[in-house]
Amino acid sequence: MRPFDYIRATDPTDAAERTSAPGAMAIAGGTNLIDLMKLQVETPDTLVDVGRLDMGSIEEAGDGLRIGALVTNTATAVHPKVRADYPVLARAILAGATQQLRNKATTAGNLCQRTRCTYFTNIDQPCNKRAPGSGCGAMGGVARLHAILGTSDQCIATYPGDMAVAMAALDAHVHIQGGRGGDRQVPVREFHRLPGETPWQDNVLESGEIITAVTLPLPVKGKQIYRKVRERSSYAFALVSIAAIVAMDGGRIARADLAFGGLAHKPWHDPRLADLLVGEAPSPALFEKAADVLLDEADARGGSEFKIPLARRTLTAVLTEATETRT
Amino acid sequence: MTAHLKQDGPVDRAHLDGMQQGLLGKAVPRIEGYAKVTGTATYAAEYDVADPAEGVLVTATITKGKVTYIDNDAALAMPGVLAVIADARMTTRPAQGTAGEAPEQEPQSVSYWGQPIAVVVAETFEEARNAAKHLVVAYEADADVDLDPAAAQPEPQDGQAVEMGDLTAAMDAATHSVDLTIETDGHASAAMEPHAAIADWDGDNLTVRASLQMLNYNIAELADALGVEEDNVRLISRYVGGGFGSKLGISEEVVAAALAARQLGRPVRVVMSRQQVFQCIMRRSETHQRLQLACDAEGRLTAFGHHARVSNLPGESFAEPVLQSSHFLYGAENRSLGMDLVRIHRMTAGSVRAPGEAVGMPALEMAMDELAEKAGIDPVAFRLRNIPGENPEEDLPFTSHTLADCLRQGAEAFGWDDGPRRPRMRREGDWWIGTGMASAARVHNVSEAKARVRLTAEGRAVVQTDMTDLGTGTYTILAQIAGEMLGLPIDRVTVELGDTNHPRGPGSGGSWGAASIGSAVYLACKALREEIARRANTGEAELGLKDGAVAGGRTLVDLLGGEALEEVGHYEPGDNQDAWTASGFGAFFAQVRVNHWTGEARVDRMLGAFGFGRVLNEKTARSQCLGGITWSIGAALTEALHFDPRDGHLANPDLAEYHVPVHRDVQDVEVLMLEERDPLASAIQAKGIGELGMCGGAGAIANAVYNACGARLRELPMTPDRILAALPE
Ligand SMILES: Cc1cc2nc3c(=O)[nH]c(=O)nc-3n(C[C@H](O)[C@H](O)[C@H](O)COP(=O)(O)OP(=O)(O)OC[C@H]3O[C@@H](n4cnc5c(N)ncnc54)[C@H](O)[C@@H]3O)c2cc1C
Ligand code: SF4
Repeated sequence: MRPFDYIRATDPTDAAERTSAPGAMAIAGGTNLIDLMKLQVETPDTLVDVGRLDMGSIEEAGDGLRIGALVTNTATAVHPKVRADYPVLARAILAGATQQLRNKATTAGNLCQRTRCTYFTNIDQPCNKRAPGSGCGAMGGVARLHAILGTSDQCIATYPGDMAVAMAALDAHVHIQGGRGGDRQVPVREFHRLPGETPWQDNVLESGEIITAVTLPLPVKGKQIYRKVRERSSYAFALVSIAAIVAMDGGRIARADLAFGGLAHKPWHDPRLADLLVGEAPSPALFEKAADVLLDEADARGGSEFKIPLARRTLTAVLTEATETRT
Repeated sequence: MTAHLKQDGPVDRAHLDGMQQGLLGKAVPRIEGYAKVTGTATYAAEYDVADPAEGVLVTATITKGKVTYIDNDAALAMPGVLAVIADARMTTRPAQGTAGEAPEQEPQSVSYWGQPIAVVVAETFEEARNAAKHLVVAYEADADVDLDPAAAQPEPQDGQAVEMGDLTAAMDAATHSVDLTIETDGHASAAMEPHAAIADWDGDNLTVRASLQMLNYNIAELADALGVEEDNVRLISRYVGGGFGSKLGISEEVVAAALAARQLGRPVRVVMSRQQVFQCIMRRSETHQRLQLACDAEGRLTAFGHHARVSNLPGESFAEPVLQSSHFLYGAENRSLGMDLVRIHRMTAGSVRAPGEAVGMPALEMAMDELAEKAGIDPVAFRLRNIPGENPEEDLPFTSHTLADCLRQGAEAFGWDDGPRRPRMRREGDWWIGTGMASAARVHNVSEAKARVRLTAEGRAVVQTDMTDLGTGTYTILAQIAGEMLGLPIDRVTVELGDTNHPRGPGSGGSWGAASIGSAVYLACKALREEIARRANTGEAELGLKDGAVAGGRTLVDLLGGEALEEVGHYEPGDNQDAWTASGFGAFFAQVRVNHWTGEARVDRMLGAFGFGRVLNEKTARSQCLGGITWSIGAALTEALHFDPRDGHLANPDLAEYHVPVHRDVQDVEVLMLEERDPLASAIQAKGIGELGMCGGAGAIANAVYNACGARLRELPMTPDRILAALPE
């Protein structure tokens, strides 16, 4: 860990301004950032603690639910409104990390958590994300857990989180505060980036911007499922995960909002899936077609080939469960 | 005085059972448990040593070659930095278990990625770590380094080879046969407490507080590394937060701390990071195994072939002893067993809990399951049919043999269905449910051990030895043995461990600790009893010691007459090691579920039935079995070291990425202990327990996975990718 300065932000604007200084970073729960600082993967000169700002509540807004940037993952997952109307989000959060971590982890920190690629976390290995231009250690190395969609020649890392996958399915929005008081909203589906030529940019946050909240749209009808496939039954990142909100109407699919974790550098949302599924009667053949669409450009550049059949099968399992009508 | 026994034959079966205190075998909670849960038990890095400087190891970023330059000046200019040390005496690998001499030294010579090459010492840990991460090192790296075990040149291990009859002919002639290749990935010990040492010199006398399993060997290893006399060295290791083999020999931080403390003239503490523990300590070698088994129409084995390939660094003699129990577990006249060792530049391979059987037994038991299926015989019955009356390779009778009992009683307790078996007989929702079983075996060893027992004039007993307690319960069982023998309740016995100023114990490893040191304590107590009997004018067997009272109405305190008594018990294995085959046996039964879509496998319930001699403490013995079964689940489903194919570095060096089972993976586990007395096993008729619980268990899970979903796995662990690839459509 490199020596660093620590300051407490007084309000969101102050936080945004202070994090715009070179080498400054925001810290919330610290469960990701401090680990990376110990490994010298992150080497901020200044930590701007946003933890005491007034962004820690969940409020009903006219058009949905507003979850403050500092609400802990535990608090979100147990919130009665979240459990009742957005169970996919509660389940996704509870499928992540451990109770102790969720007690500290925050909405914003979770969105901004960095990849678990072990070349990224080992400063003695090349990594374009950590040290631009040094090469991608994972390609040709141990890359079992890496991406199969939206990769680039620069980087094949995944976004590792669960919460954001559910938020992508729900079409939630991220509220961002800029330094001079300006703020903007970005759909979660567009918040994370693909690696492209600039793999060091995980998301669209600019220097001097902080997250203040995430808003969920009004509740929608349908079955909500979060299915996380993992090597052990807890405390493991997703090999593949699927957040699904599926509604049926008269034996046909009326709504199919799907997002995928573990497949890409961002929670993966492919609008073609809803186009294909909505209006159709569920059938194994239809689900196969959906998987074909999802995976038509899938490309495993390491040991992650298995994710292609795994994603296909998990999608079938989830869609089967989601479209089952109780008899 | 010393009470000595070199065990050549059976001990008196009845003696220990004739005691009256009623303490031995009972489920006594750990006597140090309170200290541990309240945080007052001192682990290696926690000793209160005045004003220590903090050292952090610097590790190599090449696989093989030389360090040509270290920019000391730049590091020394950083805040708080006191020294950059790359002394030629620094060790670069952990010592192998029972080595008793220094491992490889000369840190400028690099033989694996992540090898320690220097230690940076600073006023604070943070300063040292920062400087260590920034240290500029230049290397001359060798090209063409062997990293792939499948491509390297094999060295046959002649000591392991057995050829009897004609395996090939027997395979060809047999009614049923299987010939399969099974691969297992490497494992890490993943003990909770990281390796750490605090070194402190007083003139030429060195004291090191460290986390070590075998102080009796470690003291020699450290003295040898430093080039000093053993008499000038004291090691203290009172509490060890798990070892599982990784602390058998001294590791790099111990010597680094000692050298740094010498140079700076003040105490130095060196604590490894979690990543360093993974990358610079022991790995269990990956294995490549070929199993050739054949049987006749009645299911009697006629051919038994087991060949394995394991790896290690050049210069290491350790080769994962995969075949250890294969030599005697099942009979078959035509036998061929052999081992190859290949040299590759991954970190050191060494003992990880149950070296050998942990991976050899599952592979064997997977092959047995396939053969039983081919022969159309229930797998339990198939094993029962093939238990040999004596060691099939050598003329060595078994000291005792509990496999048949374990199989029968285990099957009954589990509710084993011995009806026809085929895969995919049961499905619940998306999950296939199945059952499987396997035998367990783990060779039993004992080792030389000394312990002092003092009876104070107040009638308290103090047990002293340099034996360690890895969290296994050694403190407690020694107190129970002394209390039982001397007729004292447990709160009147004090046990002092982990200090080389005490008599030398056997060290904790190879599951021999309890039986060996327990025998030494027993011998010391027996000698004390003889002296008390002399004073009481009665026979030793008639003493009737209980709660400080002596038969006939006198008390122990009274007989001591204000004087303390002291004896050293000295136990040595003798002909019992060479003239008999000694092993713990058992049976595993598992029920698993496999998800049809995702290939995730989970263990619903598991039962282990074990026979391992006398149970010294029902609770700590059971805990060892539970731990072993937990490791079985890890070996079966999740644990795998992943090495980079280009530089051999460990790509999953922490507990987030190296997946030991979590609580939710360990559901319903039942342990059945078949208590027996094995008078040839040790003076207290106990055998090793600590490792048996994982010697075959992963095989039971693999067999259950097959029974559930029809996937015959050829690789362990059975991660979802592998299960999906093996799943029949
Ligand atoms: C062992 C382990 C297992 C885990 N398993 C899972 C899992 O299975 N699934 C899963 O989803 N997650 C998992 N996690 C990750 C965990 O969810 C994250 O560590 C956590 O959500 C981060 O939140 P935090 O508040 O602690 O963030 P911090 O560590 O404080 O910050 C993380 C990042 O967010 C930035 N940041 C924080 N607040 C703001 C803000 N208001 N505006 C802008 N940027 C901000 C920081 O600058 C930093 O870059 C695991 C973590 C660990 C250590
Ligand atoms: S995949 Fe991305 S994060 Fe991983 S090593 Fe390559 S560039 Fe770095």
